Amino acid sequence: MKNLLSVQDLKVYFRGKDQVARAVDGVSFDIRPGETVCLVGESGCGKTVSALTILRLIPSPPGEIMGGRVFFNGVDLLDLDETDMQKIRGNHIAMVFQEPLTSLNPVFTIGDQIGEAITIHEQVEPEELRERCVQLLRDIGIPSPEQRLKDYPHQLSGGQRQRVMIAMALACNPDLIIADEPTTALDVTVQAQILNLMKSIQQKASMSILYITHDLGVVANIADRVNVMYAGVIVEMGDTYQIFQNPRHPYTQGLLASLPGRSRRGRRLHSIPGAVPNPAFKPPGCPFHPRCSFAIETCKTRFPEMCKHGEGHLSRCPVLD
Amino acid sequence: MTSDQQILESPLAPKQTRLEELWQLFKQNRLAILGLIIFVFFLISAVIGVILTSGQEPVFDPAMIRLQEKLLPPLTRPNIETLQPAEIPTLGIYLFGTDDLGRDVFARMLQGAWVSLTVGFVAVGISVLVGIFMGGIAGYFGQGHLRYDQIIVSCVLITGGIFLALSETYTGIGVLIVGHAYIFFSIFSKRILAKRTLPKWFNLMHKGAISIDTIIMRTVDIMLCFPTFFLILTVVALLPASMYNIMIVIGLTSWMGTTRFVRAEFLSLREQDFVTAAKALGVGNFRIIFRHMMPNAIAPVLVSATIGIAMAILTEAGLSFLGFGVPPPHATWGNILSDGKRFIFDAPWLTFIPGIAILIVVLCFNLFGEGLRDAMNPKLREKG
Repeated sequence: MKNLLSVQDLKVYFRGKDQVARAVDGVSFDIRPGETVCLVGESGCGKTVSALTILRLIPSPPGEIMGGRVFFNGVDLLDLDETDMQKIRGNHIAMVFQEPLTSLNPVFTIGDQIGEAITIHEQVEPEELRERCVQLLRDIGIPSPEQRLKDYPHQLSGGQRQRVMIAMALACNPDLIIADEPTTALDVTVQAQILNLMKSIQQKASMSILYITHDLGVVANIADRVNVMYAGVIVEMGDTYQIFQNPRHPYTQGLLASLPGRSRRGRRLHSIPGAVPNPAFKPPGCPFHPRCSFAIETCKTRFPEMCKHGEGHLSRCPVLD
Repeated sequence: MTSDQQILESPLAPKQTRLEELWQLFKQNRLAILGLIIFVFFLISAVIGVILTSGQEPVFDPAMIRLQEKLLPPLTRPNIETLQPAEIPTLGIYLFGTDDLGRDVFARMLQGAWVSLTVGFVAVGISVLVGIFMGGIAGYFGQGHLRYDQIIVSCVLITGGIFLALSETYTGIGVLIVGHAYIFFSIFSKRILAKRTLPKWFNLMHKGAISIDTIIMRTVDIMLCFPTFFLILTVVALLPASMYNIMIVIGLTSWMGTTRFVRAEFLSLREQDFVTAAKALGVGNFRIIFRHMMPNAIAPVLVSATIGIAMAILTEAGLSFLGFGVPPPHATWGNILSDGKRFIFDAPWLTFIPGIAILIVVLCFNLFGEGLRDAMNPKLREKG
């Protein structure tokens, strides 16, 4: 099947005064139409930067796209100029942000903000615009949408605000929604509601979702395919079943072992020793080797290639091969 | 979906718009309410004043000279026997007395109120517009750099304009054509040149020379170094004296404070998530600046604007007092004061009435402005 989005060897560096932080260091992944792809990893491993780079929203300076390509429907987004990029944003690729509390403009009603998401890309009559805003709010499950349109963001709860953000993302029927940890700031019950909402929307509108999270429970719930990121590179990719049942990278194994489970009740949780390397001073060779219990001599010098373990299941660890 | 809806019928925040909330907080400050009341009174009297004192046969004629009635104290009744019927003041009494030419000071104060009001509002309007624009650019695009070639081309274009202004038409047009040719060249050559290796000087020309923030904020610093009042005096001396010139000059010399405010607000707003979210929706830069960020930054600007109005009224009164302001016979509070100072011992009301009027209006704007600031500042709210 043809890929909707294809990220190839993307490199994004942040220049400091006398050091360069290699936040994203050669990331490649594909998203097919109608599928949900998860990007999993610890804080600071470059998940959000990769997502922002797809929309070319990296603040520059200090950020700089050093290489790679981002094909969206066959067009390289990194080649487009700013005006063409604005037509893509919101219209074809929309984004849902992490903090629903701060991602809505506090001085406008949500009706204004959803309406704006539509009017930026389409010419719509005022009555039709209102109709569509009400319909969007109804779709995302906000009760009595006619009245809610006149509300300000501070009058809504966190979950409702995140729903409004999703409504804004859906406003122009994009082909791809990038959701950057949309449920992290919400409590667990609301999180489940939002996840169900996103799943149902995806089935209805058959759009693709790039879901960024550090929560493996969410991944198991929503993903078709998973990319595990560590220190700016993808260390393992595969479909959800493969990743959860047969992880082939020590990092993925460590992450899964760290999950609290019913069978391990009362025992200490597993944790991966050490911490994520500073993106400015990454260890040579495999970035994970200082924390890896399987590390051998070559790991310290050679950057590992992707090894194939099955249909679409790749892992960046030659030792466990 | 229905079960979700039931869950979401949760209690909402109290239904109160920001304005209502602001009014609640503002109400608690009695001095600010006093300021607001005087401000409204001043506004009404200025508007009524301009209606009643202008036109062919005004109700109150500020220019009516009655030499036999000169220097009468306030609340004196006119001597009806010596006056023509048309010369009798409409109220039948000189509410604020008469000046050295027997003109009704009440009528002149009414006329002057309009001048003070318009000067205050228009001057501050200009300064706020300029300030918001400059501050917005500096805060949002501040990290961007102007390139050497852009600076050189703008210098070339300005030189061309100067040549044209000096009526050296051919040289001027020639220089302008060179400038525009370079602009066209750089637009069309962008794609072609991107793939070639370029000579060293060409790369140097495309290096960032100076950041936009530096340009604007240093200009602000330079403007702040001028003693404003004397700058205004100089400019007013060069320009033909008229009310509008004074408004524009006061406006163009007082935008620096607003610029600093707006820039500071923008520097923090720019990092907010909703700005990134707006960008991710495909909103253009100028729309983000003026529609998304400006309403968030406007509160401190409004506060400083109310105090700015007081400053502008004072400046205008000062200019009129020195004789550089609105040309006579049009009355302003400043020139009533200035005319009256010669008779300060014989007719103290001629100085006191406009002086106290200026004092009250300036004070009311300051009180109103401070009340507004306290109501808008979340850090000061707990006190109330």
